[in-house]
Amino acid sequence: MLRYVLRRFLTAIPTLFVIVTISFFLMRVAPGGPFNQEKGLNPIIKANLERVFHLDQPLWKQYLLYLNNLIHGDFGPSYNLPDFTVAELFADGLPISIELGGSALVLALLFGGILGIIAALYQNRPADYAVIATATAGSTIPTFVIAPLFQLFFALTLKWFPVGGWGDGAFINKVGPVLTLMLPQLAIVARLMRGSMIESLRSHHIRTARALGLSDYSVIIKHALRGALLPIISYAGPAAAALLTGSIIVETIFSIPGVGRYFVEAALNRDYTLVMGTVVVIAIFTIVFNLIVDILYAVVDPRVRYD
Amino acid sequence: MTDVSLTPATQGRSLWADAWNRLKANKAAMVSLWYLLFMGVICIVGPWFTPHDFTTIYQDYTRVPPSLEAYPKANAIDLAVKDAVKRSRLDLVGWQERDGKVFITLTSAKPIDERVTRYIDRSDVFEGAQISEKSTDGMTMTISADVQKKYFFFGTDNNGRDLLTRTLIAGRVSLAIGLLAGLVAVFIGVLYGAISGFAGGRTDEVMMRIVDVLYSLPFIFFVIMLVVFFGRNFVLMFLAVGAVLWLDMARIVRGQALSLKRQEYVQAAEALGVSPGGILLRHVVPNLLGPVVIYMTLLVPQVIILESFLSFLGLGVQEPMSSWGVLISQGAKNIPSATWLLIFPSFFLTTTLFALNFIGDGLRDALDPKDR
Repeated sequence: MLRYVLRRFLTAIPTLFVIVTISFFLMRVAPGGPFNQEKGLNPIIKANLERVFHLDQPLWKQYLLYLNNLIHGDFGPSYNLPDFTVAELFADGLPISIELGGSALVLALLFGGILGIIAALYQNRPADYAVIATATAGSTIPTFVIAPLFQLFFALTLKWFPVGGWGDGAFINKVGPVLTLMLPQLAIVARLMRGSMIESLRSHHIRTARALGLSDYSVIIKHALRGALLPIISYAGPAAAALLTGSIIVETIFSIPGVGRYFVEAALNRDYTLVMGTVVVIAIFTIVFNLIVDILYAVVDPRVRYD
Repeated sequence: MTDVSLTPATQGRSLWADAWNRLKANKAAMVSLWYLLFMGVICIVGPWFTPHDFTTIYQDYTRVPPSLEAYPKANAIDLAVKDAVKRSRLDLVGWQERDGKVFITLTSAKPIDERVTRYIDRSDVFEGAQISEKSTDGMTMTISADVQKKYFFFGTDNNGRDLLTRTLIAGRVSLAIGLLAGLVAVFIGVLYGAISGFAGGRTDEVMMRIVDVLYSLPFIFFVIMLVVFFGRNFVLMFLAVGAVLWLDMARIVRGQALSLKRQEYVQAAEALGVSPGGILLRHVVPNLLGPVVIYMTLLVPQVIILESFLSFLGLGVQEPMSSWGVLISQGAKNIPSATWLLIFPSFFLTTTLFALNFIGDGLRDALDPKDR
């Protein structure tokens, strides 16, 4: 097992390398640069700035320099937020994005899972249809519609929650963003859970368990659920990576100081280091969560072995 | 030997006729199909029949709430009269309304220039202003003007443009983009996937690794880079969006192609000496079409969401053109005071997405041969 994890980490390095290389050159092929402003900077100042950040060097040298810094854990300074390094920006914003995304994911897995099980147990009955309707609505209505509607009804009309802002992490400020992040995930989890649970409940070992006279609880939770968990786990991995690295829409609408906003802003401003930093962080999250998924596979399904 | 009566062969049911029958039995899908058709027709034809143009700005009607009654409302005429008179720098004696006409009486310390009617005409509320009475010293004057009845069923936006017309125009743009980018994605995906699947071996390996790498790049990064490259050019950008979304299609088609290649009937056809083109037309294309059609209907809403998302970030369609995403993002910025700006476009977008999803699900049920 340990050996498997180690090997996976080693194979992750070339993947990361390819991603970094492609994004680096894709970013640089795009016209414009971090110091091309509409008003036009004094050419001497611009030349100085470019020299400080090594932007005057040939591209391959910049690339090697960036790789070298990256290996030493240095993401570089942000070009457009000159008082901060990329690492500092992430240290400030990432915990917030992780907290919101993590809460949304846990709640989505919990409630989506429960709804899916209920729907599977009462297949083709009103409870099932209610779950399917919720799931369809949740996965169809886009986040940028749900979020302002939430603000309109719950914040402005009913005044239960603030419209936006982080409020130093007050619980009441987190409700809106977490709910809007959760809803689409919950819908997908419920749908997946329903499907795999129906299949699991039809399998032979469940019939055997029932024939042996095990209690409903034991049959459903201990035996059927375990077999039904695999699709949920494989969905949760990439979903976790996406959620924890912040959502542009939710963070913009609710004015949350997370890291989700950086990506678009930085790409548009050609803030090369910040974009690369975001790409690397997202890639690392994706790789780690895919690894966790594979390990969980072995835990849930004893037929899966990594030797 | 007895005569064997030859009963006429029963009419064979083709895959498509069969699928169509199954689809017709699916109520949600049929309702959605009609709804989508209706939405398409009103978005294409509607803007020609609404009383306003989508770029016309009515300065006197900024942010008026939706109403089935005609504007101006009673107190609005008063405001408009006072406003127009104030601009003319004359004194208002009084005004009255009689069968759709207003009569405004003005006075001044100096003789009044007759061109003063222009000030009245300039208001969006009045038209055809003319002098009906003039005192002999020229210092008092009564001007009559027609009150323009205007209907804003969905209200107007911050600039005073009719939201109904803008929503329909936006629908045209969103639906067209969905279809255009969807077709591009399907075209690239099918071509790439089919080549990869049929070639197999080393080619397949390399082509699929490329797809894997593209997959692992953050999607939004890719889209933003394309937007940066192509500028905010309408058509080019959506070709680019389509060019990003082909990855799933390529995987699906490749999988299908791989499994089709090993089917007995394909091998039988090969053994019987059917030409590769014949096999392709008779066996491969019909079997690929099902998943492609299903995926395409599910892709269109994805494209519409993506376009709305880009527009929401200000990267998509630019003013004065509009899309549902643009309208929703403007609505989201105005929710405390002008809720209709959010509600109407959201309703149009969401119901269309629902309809597309139901049709996609219905098609999947209708076309999936394993389900029979």
